[in-house]
Formats: sequence, C-alpha cells, structure tokens
Amino acid sequence: MNIELLLFASAKDLFGESQIPLKLPTGATIADLKSALIKRQPEAASLIGRCAFSVDQQYATDDMELNPNHEIAMIPPVSGG
Amino acid sequence: MIEFTKSPIDSNAVLASVSTPDAGANVLFLGTTRQFTKGQETVQLDYEGYESMVLKELKTIRDTAMERWPIQKCSIVHRFGTVALAEASVAVAVSTPHRADSFAAAEWILETLKQRAPIWKRDLRPDGYTEWVEGNPVT
Repeated sequence: MNIELLLFASAKDLFGESQIPLKLPTGATIADLKSALIKRQPEAASLIGRCAFSVDQQYATDDMELNPNHEIAMIPPVSGG
Repeated sequence: MIEFTKSPIDSNAVLASVSTPDAGANVLFLGTTRQFTKGQETVQLDYEGYESMVLKELKTIRDTAMERWPIQKCSIVHRFGTVALAEASVAVAVSTPHRADSFAAAEWILETLKQRAPIWKRDLRPDGYTEWVEGNPVT
C-alpha cells in the first residue's frame, strides 16, 4: 500500500520535504514504517528514534496497523510554549 | 476559546473569555519570548505546528483539566509564525470558584501542552544563525 507521511520542523529539514510517499506491505505498522524510513534515510535514524508518530491527528503506538486512508505524521520532540 | 493563530494574542480577550459569576479566581498565564537563555541571545522565535492536531490536542488537554479541577471556563491560545521579544506565544486562562485550583490547573495545562502539543520553535540568534529548539520527545 502507498501512504503519505507528513513531516514537520527538524524532520522536514532532514528529509527536505514536508510530505513523502512510502510503499509499505499491507498490514504494516508504525514500527514497520520506522524501519522503512531508516532504510530510506539512514542518517535520520537518530531523529526517528526520538520522534513520535500520529495517525489521524492522534499519537499512535508502534503496533498500530496502518491503512492508506490514514493521515500519518512524524512528530519530532515538541517545543511549544 | 481554543486557537492556533498567526495573530498577536489579545490577552485581555483571553482573560475575558473565562469570566463568569460562578468563579472567584481567574488565572491568566502568558508565555513570552525571552531575550537570553543561559547567556545565549535570542532575536525572535519562529513557531510551526501541525495545525489540525494542535487543535485536537489542546481540546483534549482542556477536557482532561476540566475533569481534574472544578473549572468553570478554560481558554488556550498558541501562536505560529514569528513571535518578537516580549510578545506572547501562548496564553492559558482558567476560572474556578477558588484560587488554588486555578493556579494548579493553569500550570498543569501549560506543562502538558509543552509535553504533547505538536508545535516547534526555531531560535534566531543575532548573527543570523537559526536552529530548532531541542524539544521534549512525546512518549
């Protein structure tokens, strides 16, 4: 399945885009998404390790199964306030 | 009032939004751009956020606070874009019957926002160098 991953702040800078397409096997989870990202951009591994991920604007756990209709985002350490 | 806005924060309007005869305590917190942090000078801060999720998270934070404290009204406003020195980037206002709850709730709301709201700030230095402020990983 094809998904679009939304990127913000330092993640957007590192990947050079605010949204990247990824091809994942059907039934892939957030954990699989992280592995695919690290494979694509090995130098992002450290940042990915410190990021949270959201599905449909809610924080998601590593075992959450994804589908192509989900809005998925990578959330670097937050610094609001 | 829950807002994520590019406009300067009207603190009087935020405070007025929690006014009610049921409250005897009204607390307003403003977070403002500080010029020096550990000796390092800041010229301005630039905020970015995942807008739709910011609004959801702020509503969740407000709803959770309203379950924990006897809050009459609660408003949370955060800015995005450039925030100049001494200007407010965030406002939290809470009204409760008695003051201890307003102080406690406002502090908890701000701390939780800083831990969970998908917002990021970039620090601009006098020499033009700019970098994302090291944030809190969301767990």
